[in-house]
Amino acid sequence: MNASNTTNTDTSYIGRPVNRVDGVLKVTGKAQYAGEYNTSGLLHGIVICSPIPRGKITSVSTSDALKVKGVKKVFTHENVKGLPWFDLSYKDMELLPGSPFRPFYSNEILFSQQPVALVVAESLELARYASTLVRIQYETAEFETSLERNLKKGFTPRRGKTGYEKPKSRGKAERALKKADVKVEAAYFHGAEHHNPMEMFSSTVLYENDDKLTIYDKTQGVLNSQSYVTRVFGLKSKNVRVLSPFVGGAFGSGLRPQYQLFMSVLAALDLKQSVRVTLTRQQMFSFGHRPITWQKLELGANKEGRLMGISHTAISETSRFETYTENVVNWSGRLYECENVRLDYQLVPLDVNSPLDMRAPGAATGVLALECAMDELAYALNIDPLELRLKNYTEIDPAMKRAFSSKNLMDCYKQGAEHFGWEKRSYQPRSMKDGKHLIGWGMSSGMWDAMMMPARAKARLTPDGKLTVSSATADIGTGTYTIMTQIAAETLGLPLNDVTFMLGDSSFVFAPFEGGSSTAASVGTAVLYVCQNIKEEVFKLAQKIDGSPFHNTSIEKVVFANGYITSEDDPQQTIAIAEVLQRSGVKFIEEKSTDLKLKNLIKQGKYSRNTHSAVFVEVKVDEDLGMISVTRVVSAVAAGTIINPKTSRSQVLGGVIWGISMALHEDTFLDNNLGRFMNHDLAEYHIPVHADNPEIEVIFVREKDEIINPLGVKGLGEIGIIGVASAVANAVFHATGKRVREFPITLDKVF
Amino acid sequence: MENIAEIKQPGIAQGQQPASEGQLLPVQLNINGKNYLLHLEPWTSLLDALREYLDLTGTKKGCDHGQCGACTILADGKRINSCLTLAVMYDGIPLTTIEGVAEGDTLHPLQQAFIDHDAFQCGYCTPGQICSAIGMMKEGRAQSSNDIHELMSGNLCRCGAYSNIHDAIEQVMEENINPEKK
Repeated sequence: MNASNTTNTDTSYIGRPVNRVDGVLKVTGKAQYAGEYNTSGLLHGIVICSPIPRGKITSVSTSDALKVKGVKKVFTHENVKGLPWFDLSYKDMELLPGSPFRPFYSNEILFSQQPVALVVAESLELARYASTLVRIQYETAEFETSLERNLKKGFTPRRGKTGYEKPKSRGKAERALKKADVKVEAAYFHGAEHHNPMEMFSSTVLYENDDKLTIYDKTQGVLNSQSYVTRVFGLKSKNVRVLSPFVGGAFGSGLRPQYQLFMSVLAALDLKQSVRVTLTRQQMFSFGHRPITWQKLELGANKEGRLMGISHTAISETSRFETYTENVVNWSGRLYECENVRLDYQLVPLDVNSPLDMRAPGAATGVLALECAMDELAYALNIDPLELRLKNYTEIDPAMKRAFSSKNLMDCYKQGAEHFGWEKRSYQPRSMKDGKHLIGWGMSSGMWDAMMMPARAKARLTPDGKLTVSSATADIGTGTYTIMTQIAAETLGLPLNDVTFMLGDSSFVFAPFEGGSSTAASVGTAVLYVCQNIKEEVFKLAQKIDGSPFHNTSIEKVVFANGYITSEDDPQQTIAIAEVLQRSGVKFIEEKSTDLKLKNLIKQGKYSRNTHSAVFVEVKVDEDLGMISVTRVVSAVAAGTIINPKTSRSQVLGGVIWGISMALHEDTFLDNNLGRFMNHDLAEYHIPVHADNPEIEVIFVREKDEIINPLGVKGLGEIGIIGVASAVANAVFHATGKRVREFPITLDKVF
Repeated sequence: MENIAEIKQPGIAQGQQPASEGQLLPVQLNINGKNYLLHLEPWTSLLDALREYLDLTGTKKGCDHGQCGACTILADGKRINSCLTLAVMYDGIPLTTIEGVAEGDTLHPLQQAFIDHDAFQCGYCTPGQICSAIGMMKEGRAQSSNDIHELMSGNLCRCGAYSNIHDAIEQVMEENINPEKK
């Protein structure tokens, strides 16, 4: 593995833009993903999905498929028996209330594209061909997939999945809104979106005698997959090892075990052979999605522009078998100072598969509506949209009535506006032009949680001075490998090249799935602690060495840097870390971070912990054709310590592209007559391409946080997307004078 | 032809006849300077031949329909979607995949530029982006920064690394024009 700056002997890596440690593997094609582990005798499975959204399978004919030489078996509900009955066996760490979908459990169809059969053959070509020979008859039942037609059928969820916070209203919003000098009221809508990581979901199950399995799975959490497999198939943990060293993007789609994992394990156990099941791109639309959501915002302000009342209602879809919840409306009670806030979150069960966390779930949706409404309020008040945000700035979390562990949104606004040139904006819509293009400048705020989850790490230092640190966490493109290496190297004062961080293996110590922007903070802290433990052990050994210069020195009086322990007072008193181990005669020093060790858990509980952002966007709209392009974005982010400015910037760049995509491109069309997503491929499901890429500037404002964790790290995976779509929408209004409240904003909606 | 490695299908156990509906066709592929003799179903895509039969998994499958560009390789120096073509159609034509882009341990300038500019996150579209960029540079059509964006638009990146991919390519193109910039 390669890293830049290694010639520099300075081992202070935190805050340095070092290159990704897995970079060489990724640019040479040597990074191996779940569906790329080949072995002799590997069988291939192809999944068949239901064309109807609700009903029953009335007959299955597999005889033609089975006649093909090389076809091993066709699995359907008819021949898969003996699976557990209880919901609990199928639950995963997302813990949705309800009954998780169980492949092949019965002949019942619950959603369109439900997987109904698996054809396993000796080659991919034969499996695919044989899958066309399987005949399945269906009986369609009445179904309903339209959220818009059923907005009145919403219910308020009593409880939700992992991380759900029931929205809490405060004050008297209705009265305040009536009394407000200026009021805006608007409804916003966005369709379904699918994650579509570039790598399609795949599991390769390597079978060994006595049902011992090694599984390469596409997942954001190897322990989540391992636990699912052991419970569903009644296997012992020691016989199921799940690995996922490289993940070709996930964006939330890997937070739940997907059905290819179930199917490949089922087939491997049944046939006692190694099996791979890879989904097709079309099937990447068959599991979770960002739910279709309808929202209504009412904002009231006094003449000076101070918010008097906020009302935010969101009505979203869920499946009929699980309650999928997001924190959509909560942000409206936390981003600005306002005493009267009414929040209402409802769900409508429909004949669809359960939605699934997709990058910044809840906030991407809720902040979009809130920040568009804030722009509408600014124009109703006739004041600058940025000025409106500044007037309502809050230093404390108004929902919890407590301080933030840190909040530097103010500098995001200031530096973002300055770099963008916001003061040169002319206020009136349609007032800025470039030839036949209308120019629009819009802005938005963003907010996300800074989560700390329980996580552990293990480290081993050997006499050659090499350190290996491991944890069952993931790197879904986020840079986990790199930043953990940086933290470990800096803590022990070792060169980056002497440190290896390993992840994505269920045999490693516990880490939660990689989600919610929690990994850098949670696993990072575990890595810091375990390396501090190693450091203490090394120092104890160093003190015992014959003629040690540190006999009477405390660990506080020495520095670990550049591979050496050196006295602070006398730089001549120094010894190489490797030499300490060699001269002590130990084979290695190994430490595990003791459980969680969130030393200041109680202190943290007294503070709200969040990241913030301010996003400024320029769009150009063709006045004749209505074509919209985003030409410039400045995203200013406050997320505590930035461990690696290079990989962090990349995460925010990606978030910006996702926000533009949400505003202008992405939409999975649901045909309510068929109950089916129609544009289920990458030609018709639009995401930005190279040509859509604007000039993007990312700013990380200084934010010191001594409460959140010893590193002061808050996480970056989600904050980059939040507020981008609203800034784009507000820019489109500024360019055209037209408020488009239905996303994505396509050219047909602009004029 | 010398040095032809005959590849047994990984999906077939030793000693067994390759299973098939029809006749397996012999195909000789020249990849990264090496010759391989394969016996394939005639409808095996070039992409699947690389990934499933030759274990050259650096070339990625992102859609299997020519919609994403992840499977881009170079055939006779030209960039193609290997998922949209059959392996039998490339008998004897020199192919370059991501595994053949570097010279031994020395990375191709574009590979190094991708690392330096952090032009990827998950890395899954990366081999296709790099092969596509090599093909694009050889085409000689890209005259401006905008051209790079336009001519690379067949390669999707869901992580949104477009800015960095662009900068990496631009740097290498400039170095090619002005070698002293290196």
